[in-house]
Amino acid sequence: MNLLGEDIITEEGEFVINIGPQHPSTHGVLHLKVWLDGEIIKRVQPHLGYIHRSIEKMSENLSYRNFIYATSRMDYLSAHINNQACALCVEKGLGVEATPRAQVIRILMAELTRLSSHQLWWGCTGLDLGAVTPFFYAFREREQIMEIMEETCGARLTQNYSVPGGIMYDIHPNFQKRTKDVMKQIKSKFQEYDDVLTGNVIFENRTKGVGYLSAADAISFGCTGPTARGSAVSCDIRKWHPYDGYEKLQFDEITETGGDCYARYMVRMHEMKQSVSIIEQLIDNIPEGDFQAKTKVVLKLPKGEFFQRVETARGELGVYIVSDGAASPYRIKYRSPNFSNLSALDHMARGCKIGDLVAIMSTIDLVIPDVDR
Amino acid sequence: MTNEELKIAVSALFPSVTYDETGEYLTVLISPAELSPLMNGLRSNGDLSFDYLFCLTAVDWKTHLTLVYHLQSKVHRHVLVVKAKITDIANPVIETVSDIWQTANFHEREVYDLFGITFTRHPDMRRILLDESWEGYPLRKNYVDENMIEI
Repeated sequence: MNLLGEDIITEEGEFVINIGPQHPSTHGVLHLKVWLDGEIIKRVQPHLGYIHRSIEKMSENLSYRNFIYATSRMDYLSAHINNQACALCVEKGLGVEATPRAQVIRILMAELTRLSSHQLWWGCTGLDLGAVTPFFYAFREREQIMEIMEETCGARLTQNYSVPGGIMYDIHPNFQKRTKDVMKQIKSKFQEYDDVLTGNVIFENRTKGVGYLSAADAISFGCTGPTARGSAVSCDIRKWHPYDGYEKLQFDEITETGGDCYARYMVRMHEMKQSVSIIEQLIDNIPEGDFQAKTKVVLKLPKGEFFQRVETARGELGVYIVSDGAASPYRIKYRSPNFSNLSALDHMARGCKIGDLVAIMSTIDLVIPDVDR
Repeated sequence: MTNEELKIAVSALFPSVTYDETGEYLTVLISPAELSPLMNGLRSNGDLSFDYLFCLTAVDWKTHLTLVYHLQSKVHRHVLVVKAKITDIANPVIETVSDIWQTANFHEREVYDLFGITFTRHPDMRRILLDESWEGYPLRKNYVDENMIEI
């Protein structure tokens, strides 16, 4: 018997343990119930909702300008990209387009967000698997991106920078110089990242062949982002359904064929380089002009339905707005990448050892507020 | 496939369905009874092969509930929306599609949790975000929360 009064050994002789909701490796308040046969995982059942804040319900009472800010609190590591998705969806409904200057700044910010998110993930993955140094290395560079964010948006994490029609205010005069300096520094550190973790024997042994996900299963489970691209599934929304001018940029969609933790790891490592390349293409080419298109004070979307898909650092975020013509949405649905990625956890973990669960969780890169919303 | 071609292909399989072309994506309108054969057809037909269910949700229209399925084909890249209208608000029931797309398992549990729509043949029909003891379905328009303050 455990504290909840449940049997910890089932009739089949399986041992049941609860990981979380307060456990460092779950990266948030996620509760996993795990059935074990010795050390082998038989089944994983995620229990969600510990931080469900009903953002969708709240948004039904907020205006089309205000509901955007709640989304910074979903996937807080891709806060800017969430805001961008909502702004784009409202723009789609209004029939306006962000100004060229705003579009470029949005992409710059989105890629900086992706970089900082992947760096935090890289540090935490190292930490989860027993390497402490990566965490400090990653935060050394990430901190500088956070400072750029702070200078331009006024916030480090929840930027709230995108508004319908463009961005809230223009970039800081230091933005371009500072970004270029940081990019130069980050580029020089990629080799260091590989030296300290990627080629490490212990790390490779703990990730190679662990948590296998086939391409067909990745699609069936609705996995997106690096989780699916590690299984050779092409799913980058920036390529499939470009928005804000991604179609004009030169970058590769990274896929790996391994389908294991190591493949997912490598996808993110290469994606960081692609993000740097995108930033370098744009940083000297920010068009002059207005940073916000003219919109009415009170926004009203015409009757109908609008769907916007974007690529966050974790996969495909879908914003589905149903409007009845009023000043606030009739119904909003966020198709969050983490929710679908988490549903594949049980499938990936079966047959692995209990210690591998940490590696699998790490390389799915879950952000729990985005799962619970 | 373009929307026109999609329409012809779907009509060839299911002549009885109707369409709504006002939105961004082509929308197929069906009744709950038609759901299972239609979805199986959309998934297995080689020209359509909708293998990726990227969004599954419901909308409460007060007089009826609508289930909205957003489908995409990874092979052909086309997108289709399927909407099933449930008129029985007191006891809404529809068949599961979790045997066709595994992602539907979690998404249907979410819809059950927040809208109270039951999915038959679902392997694990429990609440997912809220506690089992929660009363009512929050995303229904008639849901009353005494703690909510209207500004």
